[in-house]
Amino acid sequence: MKPLTFALRQLRGAWRANELRVLLAAVVLTVAATGAVGFFADRIQFALERQGSLLLGADLLVVSDRSLPDGWLQRAHSRGLVTVRTMEFPSMVLFGEASGLAEIKAVAPGYPLRGTLMVSETAYGAARAVRHVPASGEVWLEPRLAAALGVAVGEHVGLGERDFVVGAILAQEPARGGDLFSIAPRLLMALEDVPSTGLVQYGSRISHRLLLAGGKTTVREYADWARANLERGMRVEDVHSARPEVRQALAKTRQFLGLAAAASVMLAMVALALAMLRHVQRQLDACALMRCFGARQGTVVGVFLWQTVLIGLIGAAAGCVLGYAAQEVLARLLGHLFLERLPAPTVLPALSALLAGMAALLGVSLPHLLRLRGVPVLRILRRDLDGGTAHWLAWLPALAVLLALVFWNARDAGLGWVVLAGLAGLLLAAALTAWLAAGLLRRTLGRAGGAWRLGLANLLRRPGLTLAQVAGFGLGIMAMLLLTLVRADLMASWQSSLPPDAPNRFVINIQPQQLGDFRAFFGEAGHPAPQTHPMVRGRLVAVNGEPLDPGHYADDRARRLATREFNLSWAAALQADNRIVAGRWWGAEEHGRPLLSLEEGIAQTLGLGLGDHLTYDIAGSRIELEVRSLRRVEWDSMRANFFALAPPGVLEGHAASHIASLYLPAEREGLLGRLVQRFPNVTVIDVAAILEQLRGIMDRMTHAVQFVFGFSLLGGFVVLYAALHASLAERRQEIALLRVLGADRRQVLAGVLAEFAWIGIIAGALATAGASVLAWVIGTKLLGLPYAFNPLLPFAAALAVVLVPWAAWLGLRGALRQPPRQVLCSV
Amino acid sequence: MLTDATVEIEVRDLTKHVNSSEGCLTILDGLDCRIAAGESVAILGASGSGKSTLLGLLAGLDIPSRGQVRVGGIDLASLTEDGRAALRGRRMGFVFQSFQLLPALTALENVLLPLELAGQRDAAARAHAALARVGLAGRLSHYPRQLSGGEQQRVAIARAFAPRPAILFADEPTGNLDVATGGRIIDLLFDLNREAGTTLVLVTHDAALARRCQRRLHLSGGRLGEP
Repeated sequence: MKPLTFALRQLRGAWRANELRVLLAAVVLTVAATGAVGFFADRIQFALERQGSLLLGADLLVVSDRSLPDGWLQRAHSRGLVTVRTMEFPSMVLFGEASGLAEIKAVAPGYPLRGTLMVSETAYGAARAVRHVPASGEVWLEPRLAAALGVAVGEHVGLGERDFVVGAILAQEPARGGDLFSIAPRLLMALEDVPSTGLVQYGSRISHRLLLAGGKTTVREYADWARANLERGMRVEDVHSARPEVRQALAKTRQFLGLAAAASVMLAMVALALAMLRHVQRQLDACALMRCFGARQGTVVGVFLWQTVLIGLIGAAAGCVLGYAAQEVLARLLGHLFLERLPAPTVLPALSALLAGMAALLGVSLPHLLRLRGVPVLRILRRDLDGGTAHWLAWLPALAVLLALVFWNARDAGLGWVVLAGLAGLLLAAALTAWLAAGLLRRTLGRAGGAWRLGLANLLRRPGLTLAQVAGFGLGIMAMLLLTLVRADLMASWQSSLPPDAPNRFVINIQPQQLGDFRAFFGEAGHPAPQTHPMVRGRLVAVNGEPLDPGHYADDRARRLATREFNLSWAAALQADNRIVAGRWWGAEEHGRPLLSLEEGIAQTLGLGLGDHLTYDIAGSRIELEVRSLRRVEWDSMRANFFALAPPGVLEGHAASHIASLYLPAEREGLLGRLVQRFPNVTVIDVAAILEQLRGIMDRMTHAVQFVFGFSLLGGFVVLYAALHASLAERRQEIALLRVLGADRRQVLAGVLAEFAWIGIIAGALATAGASVLAWVIGTKLLGLPYAFNPLLPFAAALAVVLVPWAAWLGLRGALRQPPRQVLCSV
Repeated sequence: MLTDATVEIEVRDLTKHVNSSEGCLTILDGLDCRIAAGESVAILGASGSGKSTLLGLLAGLDIPSRGQVRVGGIDLASLTEDGRAALRGRRMGFVFQSFQLLPALTALENVLLPLELAGQRDAAARAHAALARVGLAGRLSHYPRQLSGGEQQRVAIARAFAPRPAILFADEPTGNLDVATGGRIIDLLFDLNREAGTTLVLVTHDAALARRCQRRLHLSGGRLGEP
């Protein structure tokens, strides 16, 4: 006999008898969750990278201090990438008697490849998008340059050997990356005009840039090739090397999505294990009978394997369709929120999801396969024989699949471990609580009577199943709590890290003697005085007495950081968006001591650590500071932050300027013009565009993440259902027996409710504790968000005490109504 | 006098101990008996006397603590688990008290199961014929839950006889049926047994049923005796 034929027959019958619902639902869910997250994450990630690309003006950027070899451009074109070349260099711009240093950017038509240029007629005036670049003979100036020079649109400015007409005020440029505070204002001109200015000569500090855009894979391949072929003075930038605040927002999005996917998969696997338990229980008789009629062990295993594979294929196919449909619905629902149409999903996530579903199912099935192999033939005569339980080692493949799927979906080791630790912790706590409760129950049992006694005795009689149910319900409820209350808290907390009044303008170069007037200016204008920070510019020249050699760093970014000037500041208290990750912050008694607090990222890049002595050259005088602490900075808060901070009383003697950050609503933009007129030396930097883009990412992601979390919620329900289903047949028989023995429906119901109320109490308590701990860990340790305990949690968990017995009643009410004889005959 | 050639089942010093909370229990204590080919034997005994244990050992469903069971001259203990399964498939059929039909298979598929496991070429034709013989030609595609108890046991009988086994083991075949239905089932069982010339080993506590067998063995205190 072919095992496949028999497996097909068995499945067809089981399908008609509705015995495969839970198992199939669990497979469908595993695949749908993995698939939908895969499909969606793929598309969103791509769309987000495009968003990130807006800040880069391209998908990829190659920067070189000399003209790029022709081969680089040819290679890009031969692979179908769109390119545009730009040049950047600093130069003085003249207007009558006035002059100002500008960061010149000469661009070829087609610039930018991603995002749009915005121009206005007056400084800080209404902006409009344009699809072209400055024409030959024309330049566009940033508002602060126009304001500093006092030039208006239509007037002429001198650049090198030529005069240019000011064609427009450059309100927004996508590729405005880099350090906002140390670069001069922008002047945009046509690339073809550069030779006529005579500014490009041997030795000029020119940065040649090649912007590239195209298909994801092609861009990645080109980036890989470019990185492998970099020569001295060249570097490659992509969306991941974009501005830190955008990078952080993207990273958090990935973490949220990963968390949702990992949680869904974990729940689905728990549901799978529970459903498989019941499925196998129902296969024991068939196995014993087949053995009785002469089937070899191999045949029995073959039949079960085929069954599992068939269930897997059917469930996985349905899961793929569902996953695809779900993400398509979402993409359409959210489509209008995206600037660009989402790219089409690839077939890869479907294949991965299929593979994940099959791996999960086969991993979970293995221990049962061994169990079925060992089913004693004598079971045919003695139904109490069931082949026992599989060795714990047989569960290792399931564990391995779980680990692999969680880490694969989380796409972040830290997050993966938290999810797994959550599962292990909950199982341990469930076992411990169930054990403690059993002791308590034993004492109570003597005093309980009738059906109550039976209900409670059931808990003790099946410790394994009780544990599985407590863990199943606990996990399900925990997932729901995490996903409803805690998720909302976390998302709100993430969004509030960028409040509506987050600073959208920075004012730099405020002189110390101007501070009073500066604050008064805002007071007169009826605007709250902005927060200001002192800033001293210094170059890092030595580490622990050894002169700093930038060439010593292999990393391109480290070399750049080592050669540029740092903005040093001082502060008595740690900012809310900073967190000490090593060492400690200084107390009042340490003010005046030569200490330093470094941002952890820069410390890592430059290989600096606690206790290192750093020597800075500040306008010719040297100062040595000891690294006392490392800080993690939430760059996406958009507040003014510094890589290096000293305590008060250390840097005050050096020439400092001040930086202010402020939120200015659109209708008060006019204030900026007056500010620049009143304090001509200050520079206003507009970060509203970056802020908008950041906020856009957060908004879209909140929707996306919530949708993906919906799958986890579904997972929670399936786990609950599977946990209940695991013992349904046995319970129906017990109920029938009780009815035969004369128990009325009320008494039987009381017993069932007593049992499930206990399970509900334990599971609810565990879920509350679990959800709180996990939310705290996820919020504070992983996502860097403040977490406050949600007082609604215990109340929500208390619902479990009602919900679990209610669900049990729903599942068993049929058996309560049926005549006992019918139930006893059917089992 | 039974010769080796006519002996279908031979039991020597068959002993079975089980461990329980009250220590080691001896269920069967050094049984010896021989059953001839084509013979019908009833094993009688009170509840808990070890009838089903003996049936399990005779059919190779379980292994003895001591002693030997030879079926068709083959020592069951000398075979592997798969070897015993193959032997059952070739030579044995079963009818159980609780019918033991697979709920997910139709009546026809339940009868097909042992035929296909044995790799019979004309399995379908034989299954059809067997079901027609027990009067269920019109119930081929019914699932067990759609059949009455008597009909379920008739499917089980068709399943047992379809592969034309040398030995049929029947464990309380009427235990779950009312008297009238049970009577009809037993008539059918003995008719088929006569037609096929099968060796029948019937476990029962029903003395009337036992009287229809050629020989009756009483199991009591772990030992066998003939009345």
